[in-house]
Amino acid sequence: MPDQHAHDYEDPLAAGNIGMGSSDVIAPGHTFGSVTDKISSIVLTQRTSIGWYLGFLTAGSLAILLLISLAYLSVKGIGIWGNNIPVGWAFDITNFVWWIGIGHAGTLISAILLLLKQSWRTSINRFAEAMTLFAVACAGIFPLFHTGRPWLAYWLLPYPNTMGVWPQFRSPLVWDVFAVSTYATVSALFWFVGLVPDLATLRDRSQSRAGRMIYGMLALGWRGSARHWYRYETAYLLLAGIATPLVVSVHTVVSFDFAIAIVPGWHTTIFPPYFVAGAIYSGFAMVLTLAIPIRAVYGLQDFITLRHLQNMAKVMLVTGLIVAYGYTVEAFIAWYGGNAYEGFMIWNRMTGPYAPFYWALITCNVIVPQVLWFRRVRTNVAALFMLSLIVNVGMWLERFIIIVTSLHRDFMPSAWGLYRATFWDYSTFIGTIGLFLTLLFLFVRFLPMISIFEMRTLVPEAKVEHEI
Amino acid sequence: MATSRHQPVYGLMAEFEDPNQLVAAAHRAREAGYRRMDAYSPLPIEELHEAIGFHDTKLPLIVLIGGLVGCLSGYLLQFWVSTMAYPLNVGGKPLHSWPAFIPVTFECTILGAALAAVLGMLALNGLPQPYHPVFNVARFALASRNRFFLCIEARDKKFELAETRRFLEALEPREVTVVAD
Repeated sequence: MPDQHAHDYEDPLAAGNIGMGSSDVIAPGHTFGSVTDKISSIVLTQRTSIGWYLGFLTAGSLAILLLISLAYLSVKGIGIWGNNIPVGWAFDITNFVWWIGIGHAGTLISAILLLLKQSWRTSINRFAEAMTLFAVACAGIFPLFHTGRPWLAYWLLPYPNTMGVWPQFRSPLVWDVFAVSTYATVSALFWFVGLVPDLATLRDRSQSRAGRMIYGMLALGWRGSARHWYRYETAYLLLAGIATPLVVSVHTVVSFDFAIAIVPGWHTTIFPPYFVAGAIYSGFAMVLTLAIPIRAVYGLQDFITLRHLQNMAKVMLVTGLIVAYGYTVEAFIAWYGGNAYEGFMIWNRMTGPYAPFYWALITCNVIVPQVLWFRRVRTNVAALFMLSLIVNVGMWLERFIIIVTSLHRDFMPSAWGLYRATFWDYSTFIGTIGLFLTLLFLFVRFLPMISIFEMRTLVPEAKVEHEI
Repeated sequence: MATSRHQPVYGLMAEFEDPNQLVAAAHRAREAGYRRMDAYSPLPIEELHEAIGFHDTKLPLIVLIGGLVGCLSGYLLQFWVSTMAYPLNVGGKPLHSWPAFIPVTFECTILGAALAAVLGMLALNGLPQPYHPVFNVARFALASRNRFFLCIEARDKKFELAETRRFLEALEPREVTVVAD
């Protein structure tokens, strides 16, 4: 965060105060006090709107659908889902990879963009990190319940037990356990550490006793001492440095779940980079999907400016192109490699029973996002919102295609089969979307969704001229 | 702000309206010979820790140690499990198939380093700390909004209530307050 003093307030658009230029990271005219009041008032003083209650009710109902689905699954077993041999992985792993991927943008924004001194990340990192946490929570549900006996899931962890057995460390599924649990832990730490100074602000500004008590406990007695800030900044920077290789490793390990297997369509070396790019692609799409309505509803256009939206659109364009390269190489190697099974797999993907999904995925992820080359699209909020939804759908389809079309017709035609999703497949998936939104609604209501102290560093007065 | 002679005093606190004043004041206090002081601000100010003469490089070392402990324990766990506790022949690979142990070792390294960074930072800062004398000053609530405070502590050798108050007032703060202990 030493970077944030170095934002360009010399920008003629900002200095001239002629309204919002598309290059501002914060609207002109803000002070330490106004930034603090504007963000903390959402939590502390503004009345909770009817819209919030309606949204929370809807999301909460869907979360209850998740509870029902999982309860029913626990009673009946995973036979209530449509996956069965040969398609042993279907919606569950599709949704797992999709949710984990969405989480990646949060870490990218909070860690990598911090190290790259991109001060525009400041206003979006808090809720992008929250999004990461909630997405990882949703992701974790799927493998947990796909075990069929979630109450025995701790068997995945290495611990001395009376059975005398230990995990098999050569399996990518065990790597996944370590990668995802580390990711969840580090994301939670990163998020909480970032929140501490803001929780102190809420403690000091809360009018209610309960608010002062709860925020006070969570703030850990933070008092803004220069000594504390110094170590805090060091810790935050180190955490960012640690989280950067972590985020790359997590989706790499997730891709190993497939790439280590010998199934045609999975066994390829392009998977790790292409999965990581895909994760960032879908994650940025999700940040846009959330940021655009939030800034409109809470009037945060001063803090989440067009520049933020444009930058995110550019990241989407780049990662989208990497993903497109991945699709191309997959198809090219299937043909050029001369392996009959690989060749059949890609041909079956493009023309077989799931072909409509494949072409829908290509349309959503490769063709439509090319409109982002045009500045007019990148600055059109409604268009960006639509596009972010399209990419979310496309990235879900990508995982579905990779998993299901590779499994349903592999080596022996006698072992071929088709997968069809059941009601419970859909209800579990929709249920996790409900859980995700429920957590987000609670988050925007009870915690500052934009990092207040980091926004203060963007205010012009924060710049200290070196005297003496 | 009259405080009786018998009430213990933690220090004297000056309130400023902008970070430049605070940094300048901290420099002046150090030049005047004060050592035991702290500055409080609602945002991190790079120059401030130097101004109050604070240096601490322990944290990066703690994080390095945390990472190394995570790395070694992750690798040794897999080594011990795979070759001694529960040797399994998987695809004819050697029992000590180290390339397959790298992902988990890596994740354990990250976990150890991250936990060390957060817990180390909190421990060195002495947090959580529910009570601190500076909170006795009512206006200190603004330290988390838009005000900047410099507190010279009573345990400083040079501290003398009237003298130090005169010194702080010369720095043109918004006001100077006695911090009760």
